[in-house]
Amino acid sequence: MRGFFAYVGRNPALGWGLGILIGLLLFTLVGRVFINTEDAYGLATKPDLPPGLDREALAKIGEMPTLKGKLDQLRLGLRHIFGTDSQGKSLLASIVVGTGMTLEIGAIAGAFGLGIGTLLGFVTGYYAGSLLDNVVTSVVDVVLTMPGFLILVLIASSVADPNKMSVLTMGLVVSVTAWAFPTRAIRSQVLSMRERPFVMMAKLSAMSGPEIILKELMPNLLPYLVMSLANSVYGGVMGSLGLQGLGIGDRRQPYLGMIIWWIQYYSAFLRGMWWWIIEPVSIIILLLTALTLISFGLDEIANPRTRRSV
Amino acid sequence: MRLSYLLRRLGFLVGVLWTAATLNFVLPHIAPRDPVAEQINQKVATMGLTATGIAEQIESYKEIFGLNKPLWQQYVDYLWRLLHFDFGFSIVNYPRTVNELIAQSVWWTIGLVGTATILAFLLGTLLGALLGWHKSPKAMGALIPPLMVFSASPAFVLALVMIYFLAFRAKLFPLGRPYGFLTTVNWSSFKFWIEVAYHAVLPALSLILVSLGQWSLGMRAMMITTEGDDYMTFAEAKGLKGPRLFFQYGLRNALLPQITSLAVRLGAIVSGSTLVEVYFQYPGLGNRLGGAIQALDYYVISGIVFFMVMGIALATFFVDLLYPFLDPRISYARGT
Repeated sequence: MRGFFAYVGRNPALGWGLGILIGLLLFTLVGRVFINTEDAYGLATKPDLPPGLDREALAKIGEMPTLKGKLDQLRLGLRHIFGTDSQGKSLLASIVVGTGMTLEIGAIAGAFGLGIGTLLGFVTGYYAGSLLDNVVTSVVDVVLTMPGFLILVLIASSVADPNKMSVLTMGLVVSVTAWAFPTRAIRSQVLSMRERPFVMMAKLSAMSGPEIILKELMPNLLPYLVMSLANSVYGGVMGSLGLQGLGIGDRRQPYLGMIIWWIQYYSAFLRGMWWWIIEPVSIIILLLTALTLISFGLDEIANPRTRRSV
Repeated sequence: MRLSYLLRRLGFLVGVLWTAATLNFVLPHIAPRDPVAEQINQKVATMGLTATGIAEQIESYKEIFGLNKPLWQQYVDYLWRLLHFDFGFSIVNYPRTVNELIAQSVWWTIGLVGTATILAFLLGTLLGALLGWHKSPKAMGALIPPLMVFSASPAFVLALVMIYFLAFRAKLFPLGRPYGFLTTVNWSSFKFWIEVAYHAVLPALSLILVSLGQWSLGMRAMMITTEGDDYMTFAEAKGLKGPRLFFQYGLRNALLPQITSLAVRLGAIVSGSTLVEVYFQYPGLGNRLGGAIQALDYYVISGIVFFMVMGIALATFFVDLLYPFLDPRISYARGT
């Protein structure tokens, strides 16, 4: 563990990326204590309020007899701290809930992408040249040439009623294209690794193929796998933001992309509602930058050759 | 160029088009809902069966999804129609065909995305090469974090920030649209061109900022790798001057993976521009697609998606064909 911290200290990209991501996770987890989830939905409070504290509500905290009452009062006081949108949603509540939802979508896409990518990548890389490898590689090449986002649009506009699309459905839709890149990336790593002496050694000592993949190759490619995970999560978040930015999905839910869609729908930028724009945009940029930094930092471990030599 | 390389690339092109066409055909069949029927039903419900073109639309709907033929024949017919670029009618803007809508908007997209991509590629590559070059001032390293943030962000989110700060607050640029509200379209007037260019600055800038980060960071890594090569040391030992070393020895060789990236990234660039067009109300294909999604105009959605996939696949194909001419070292006997 200490080695890990020492390493992160020397790899600022990874450190910053992990730091921001953990910060966002804490924001959405701890933030839930200070909000009333219902405030993230329409008609919760007054519309178009700029950021500010509700001092009246805060002043009454002392009068409340129970702890629960005090907490409720605190939530009321903090309700407008990020301002509200034109539907009377509290932006603090929307962003806390929305960040969580968007991270969930990313996690689903990440699990999906990495799971299938690892399975196919290791098998095709280890058994390169086999029929399975040829088929999978061709499919991957075709999928990678297709603009994934447009395919997502096509799928999302014909799956079950988009207004009822749950976080899980959204996550699965954006996972459809998430597996191809990890498959190719892992395959190429396995291809180069399988010629190394320690794999030869394992083969000579009569280890079976699956055993070599699990015990010899996987541990050595761990940084690479985590990097693929970060990339898949990034792809999933990006895909979901794009779909929601076009208004596809459940518009009542405060997904980060949906908040952006409503900004455009209500022309918040023409009405000078800077808080409605800057807050979700900052969170989105922080989240995506964190994922990129993590992948960039891990790339340094996975491919030591790209380490900053200058 | 080897014939097998050409055939392999051609195979991919066909594979991509076939996959896209099949998805277009299969999705409405397996989906739990039928967007076309939904939309037509809604139209019948609001306007009655006598509304213009309803009968023809139902007929063309039956024909396109050939409800009275066996499934395999429907599929073959569908592929045949796509081969003739017959994407059907727009349900919302009946009797306009999807082709008409595409023809109207495609040039706006090509102009915007083409200009932005070329500018970003040139600027980003040069910037990245300078960032990776050992003789560049150390202060340039300060550019890397902002470039990274831009490369990670979606273009339409940057677009929103720019609309607010540069267009609404600073009033430097228009808020959107391809030309002024009251301007008459006149492509032979120079003034009109200037106006179009002025309106395209912000949408293009949001696309350029995103790509700039990606091109320059990729180029920087390649430049650092190239500088470590023996021929660079040799060229420097020979006494070659800085600019020649930089352009003809460093940049020339580090450039090749950038060309490959161009082929790989075209899809993402076009996807990014789709949203940017929507947010700037720019009348290109992306905005049409956005509008069709709002109105659930399924033929327009699937037609435009297929058309864009085709455009990207063709562009990728040509970039791939260009590559062997740029990099004579690689033998294409066994594909890439």
